[in-house]
Parts: sequence; C-alpha cells; structure tokens
Amino acid sequence: MINVKNIYKNFDKVQVLKGVSCEIKQGEKVVIIGPSGSGKSTLLRCMNLLETPTYGEIWLEDKLLTPIDPYLHFDIIRLSKTYKTMFAKLKADGGELTDEEIDAAVIKEIKAKDLLSEKAGREGKEYKQAIKALFQECYININLARQKVGMVFQHFNLFNNLTILKNLTLAPVMLKLKTPEEAEKKAMELLERIGLADKANAYPATLSGGQKQRIAIVRALAMEPEVMLFDEPTSALDPEMVGEVLELMKEVAHEGMTMVIVTHEMGFAKEVADRIIFIDEGIIKEENPPKEFFENPKNERLQEFLSKVLA
Amino acid sequence: MNINWKYLWESFTRQMFELGGYKTVLEGLQNTLIIAIGGFVIGLILGILLAVMQLLPDNKITRVVKTVSKLYVGLFRGTPIVVQLLVGWYVLKPMLGIQQASALSWGLVIFGMNSGAYMSEIIRGGILSVDKGQTEAGRSLGLNYFQTMFRIVMPQAFKNSLPSIGNELIAIVKETSVAGFVSVVDLQVAFKLQNTVYNPIICYLALAVVYIVLVVIFTLLIKLIERRMRKSDQR
Repeated sequence: MINVKNIYKNFDKVQVLKGVSCEIKQGEKVVIIGPSGSGKSTLLRCMNLLETPTYGEIWLEDKLLTPIDPYLHFDIIRLSKTYKTMFAKLKADGGELTDEEIDAAVIKEIKAKDLLSEKAGREGKEYKQAIKALFQECYININLARQKVGMVFQHFNLFNNLTILKNLTLAPVMLKLKTPEEAEKKAMELLERIGLADKANAYPATLSGGQKQRIAIVRALAMEPEVMLFDEPTSALDPEMVGEVLELMKEVAHEGMTMVIVTHEMGFAKEVADRIIFIDEGIIKEENPPKEFFENPKNERLQEFLSKVLA
Repeated sequence: MNINWKYLWESFTRQMFELGGYKTVLEGLQNTLIIAIGGFVIGLILGILLAVMQLLPDNKITRVVKTVSKLYVGLFRGTPIVVQLLVGWYVLKPMLGIQQASALSWGLVIFGMNSGAYMSEIIRGGILSVDKGQTEAGRSLGLNYFQTMFRIVMPQAFKNSLPSIGNELIAIVKETSVAGFVSVVDLQVAFKLQNTVYNPIICYLALAVVYIVLVVIFTLLIKLIERRMRKSDQR
C-alpha cells in the first residue's frame, strides 16, 4: 500500500530522518513509537507528502509521490555518463577486478559521494530518457494521491470557519467525488455513528477535544480513503476523552482499514497493531509484532524507552 | 480676536442654501464616496491578490511573482499618495495617451492601487495568523493550494484582519481629501469653494463635521459586518 524507500529528511542542518525504509501492506495496522524528536511524526507526514523527503522515494501502490531518487534505481545509474566514465576508468586501471565488482564499486562510490548531477541532461540522453519514462509511468498528482490517504492530526485541525457538516462535506463535494446530497447523506451517517448528529450545524469552537477528534476522524473517513494516518491523535486530549477516540479508532481498525498510527498509547498499540516500529535518532531501531516487541525487545534504547513508558 | 459668529454663520448658510452651494457640496460628497468606496473595493481585491502572490509556495516561477508583489508594495508604500496622484495625472496619463479619462476615475484608480499595497500587508498578516494546521488539513484531504487558500484560510484570515481592514477604509475616506490636487471636486474642495467671504472658519469646521459623520457611519458598518463574521466563534 505505502512503500517508504530509504528516506532522508533534513530541516536546514538538522537531519531528522536518516534512511528509513518500511512497507505498509493492505489492511495492516502499523504503530510507530519513539521518543520525542525521533522523527516519527516526520516519517508519518512524509507518507502523504506534508513533508517532502530530502532523498528517497515514497510509493503509494504503484504510484510515486516523491521525485525519482536515482540512487534507488541501479539500472538507471548505469545509464549515466558519470557511471560510464568511472566504469571505463576503473576497468582500464583496475586489472584483476571482474565487471560485477567494478559495477558494485562504482555504484557504491556514486551513492556515497552523491556524484550524479542535479540536471538529468548532463548525464546523457539515455539516462534522461530512462528517468522520464519512469516518471511518466508512475507519476500521480499529489492532490489525487492524498484523496486516498486520510490524515488525523494531533490538534484536530477542523476547519474553524465551517460547520461540522460542512467540514465533512467540503472536500468530497469540492473534488467532485460526490454530489452535495450524497455527501450530506454520508456525512450524517458518519455523525450518527459517532453520536454527534445533533452537532451537524454547530461550529468546531463549541465542541470538546474528544468530539473534535472524533469528527476529524470521520472527516477523513468521509473521503473513503484506502489508508489512514494518525499523528498522535490523543496527545492533545484531556485524559478523560482519550478513551472515546481510541474506541472509534479500534472500530475503524476492525473494519479493515489500513492504518499507520503514531502514538504513545502503549495499551492501544498492544491491542490493535499488527506491527510496531520503534524509531530513534531518525532510523528504525526495531520492528516487530506487538507480542515480540513488548516482551522481548532487543534494541537497548527500546528497552530503556519501554521501561520508562510502561513503568 | 473677535469673531462675529452670527455674521459668519449667516453668510455661510446664505452661500450654501440661497446661492446653491449645497449642490457643489453634494457633488463633492458623491465624489468622495465614489473614490473612497471604489478605491477600497479595488484595494481589497488587489490586496488579496498581492498577499496570495507573496505567500505562494517557494519555487523558481513563484519567486518572480513574489518579487513583483514586493516591488509593488514597496513602491506604493514608499511614496506619498499626493505624489502618486500627481505622477499619475501629469506624467502617466499623457504618456499612456488616455486623455479622455476623467479626474474622478483617475483618482479612483490611484487610490485603489495605493490602498491595495496597504491592504496586501493587512491580509498577508491575516493569512499568517491562521494556524498552519488548517492548511495541512485541507491539503491532506486532497484540496489543492488555491482551494485550501480561498475556501478555508482566506475566510479566517479575513475575519482576523477585519479590524485592520476597517481602519484602512476609514483612512481612505479621509485621504480622499487630497484628491483636489488633480482637480477632483471632493468634499474638501467643495467646502473650500463655499468660502466666499474670506473667512474659512465655518467652512472648515463644517467640513470636519461632515468627515466625522462619514467616519462614524463607516465604523458602525464595519462593526455590523464584524459581528456577522464572528458567528463561528460563538461558544
């Protein structure tokens, strides 16, 4: 469903993600945990390109969301002028090495030293064409891609200038996915389901945090997404209201939605997750099903982290 | 100084009513309102445009657009309105060869363009005051930049900057008093023309009163609009 390939993210000089790869399969529930500042939210926000990774690729099914990262495509690197000249040079004075060894050495050096030029044209026609062909094959308009990826934020981010009903119907109607009547019907069904139908014409400012977050979840559901991203959905809530939001998330999970959740709710992770990813210092330190993850953590940092949060 | 108020008042009212001075004053009022309200509307539209131009996401093409917007604002904020009127009327108009344009329409356009520069900064501030999460939520649902900007961010930005926009409307009402520099008969000129007895006291006091009344009316109007737009804040 979502395939993250070796992404790096730099904010100015701070490196937040340092080569993260992971794959989220259809129907899977993946929980991402980690200490604050570890890059877990950044990773999640990269998945629908609210942050653009500095390097690396993000795939949504067979479509590429980011620009092409040539370093992930060896066959394309081999077409570049840089590769060809380096290969020829090494072959001339390499002596003993086989072609495969030279190939590996050259690719390694190109990747390590970031030798491919920014302008595809400078790497020769073949290279340029290969990049273009790949781009055409897997290009998707980011707005179109985001329609399939629902997102729930820590601070709810309901549209303050619109009523609850409008919050739910705005995007489906504006993007011509539904007629206003259909959208309204669907929205009312969703509001019915979370027991907030009577708030349809209220403004977000009149609601409690828990109500807002549940509405934010159904707003994402109103788009009928294929995968949903949750960015610390309960961190800004009063403890009292955490339960109702987690309950709704569990319901959504049981309906088979593919979910990626950044959270500090360990109990929820244990119960719902198929797989838990532990991120620290911008890399994935451990990745396991919940039982293994909690009962038998291998990474030292994770052991320390768990001993603190589960205490 | 001994002022004969009775005499001044009588000569003023005679000039105004018996000799038909009120006609000029009404014309002046009309012109002032046309320039103020028309200029305000042009300024608002221009301001929204310039603000959005300046806040476009960074890339090679938008860099040019942003610079254009910044230059425009710099130019119109960097010169006095009187200079803009004079340059427009005595330099640009002959150069562009639009001789038939009236002083009124010329004044309207210059005031609009001037106000646009200030308005763009007001609206830019308003847009920046809207939480970034609103944009992110819009974009994450698949709305594009402009859909998010105009359907979600702009209404909130507009609401936040209403007090400043009201300020700008009042400022422009009063600034129109320099439109006389390019031969527009506005309120200020109209009252000056009533000064037939070589004593301007009553004329200018009356002028001040008319401006105050205008400003009070506009202030009430803004309050009304503000109250309307605050409905989503009710708790």
